Amino acid sequence: MDRLLNVTTALSLILLLMVLFSIRRQHIRVEYSMSWLLAACGLLALSRCRPALDFVATHIGLGVDSPLALFLIGGSVFLIMFFRYSMIVSDLRDDNIALAQRVAILEFHINKLINHG
Amino acid sequence: MNYPPAPGSLLVIVPAFNEEGAIAGVVGSVRRHMPDTPVLVIDDFSRDGTISAARGAGAELLCLPHHLGLGGAVQAGYKLAFELGFEYVIRVDGDGQHDAADIPRILEALKSSGCEMAIGSRFVEASGASSSFMRRLGIRFFRAVLRPILGKQVHDPTSGFVGVNRRALQVFSRSFPLEYPEIEALVVLQRRRFSFVEVPCKMRPRVTGRSSITATKSFYYIAHVLLGVFTNVLKYDGRPHRDG
Repeated sequence: MDRLLNVTTALSLILLLMVLFSIRRQHIRVEYSMSWLLAACGLLALSRCRPALDFVATHIGLGVDSPLALFLIGGSVFLIMFFRYSMIVSDLRDDNIALAQRVAILEFHINKLINHG
Repeated sequence: MNYPPAPGSLLVIVPAFNEEGAIAGVVGSVRRHMPDTPVLVIDDFSRDGTISAARGAGAELLCLPHHLGLGGAVQAGYKLAFELGFEYVIRVDGDGQHDAADIPRILEALKSSGCEMAIGSRFVEASGASSSFMRRLGIRFFRAVLRPILGKQVHDPTSGFVGVNRRALQVFSRSFPLEYPEIEALVVLQRRRFSFVEVPCKMRPRVTGRSSITATKSFYYIAHVLLGVFTNVLKYDGRPHRDG
């Protein structure tokens, strides 16, 4: 169990550093990085704080010293985040389509004005 | 194209993606049968000579800045037609499958029936010999799905040969399915308690190219359209959007 917690600690730290570096290089916008930072910090806290992990594990019916609890929590967090990002991508696609249509319509009007001017 | 158009005026829209081989014939055919009607080709970011072929045939052009898919292209045409003040819009596919000789009958059906949509149908008078077995099977399936939703039989729910009036144009300008739009569009209309009429039409084999719905994709098509139909039935229209 300790070894497993060390591995998740390392993975959380790697995720945290990757997100921070991505923000610094402007590869990810701050508003979209918040949930990744929260997820990485949450996993880091659970990996390093056994009482907290045991508390969560007991309350979801797995009992203490259960490595499954960490993966269940991590998996749930990532599923929720993927769903959230699917919603964001869908919104962006809708906006992108509306913008592309608007650009085409404006270009149509401009060409009409040029041809009639 | 004159605008503002005269009251009761019609615009023919032709969505096209890489239809270099067929588009001039389609535009020419529409112009022969409807000489006073403007024809708008909506180019969905074609990589071939579709734009020059359409322009050469005398069409107006609405060129999308990147590929949106059929629904996005058709909706762009509906938005422009609504903004310009057209009363009726008839969509003709750019692959040459629709016979422009049927356009006057679709327009007449729209005007005389008072329905918001007129569908050019292969099956009203059993003239659907050109469809493949798989397609006919899919059409039968969607007929059965749509029957209880629409409250009436629709013989050819996948037909893209469709005319709409200004009321439908207003709705479609705001909300139109983006992929495989024909079937979902019927449900969008149904949500507004709009009605449709079917007009018997002939369909020809496509002049060039191949259908985008291959045998493998047909399963994706069925799942996608089914999901689209049911989400449209249950749809929440709350998300504000200025232009979409």
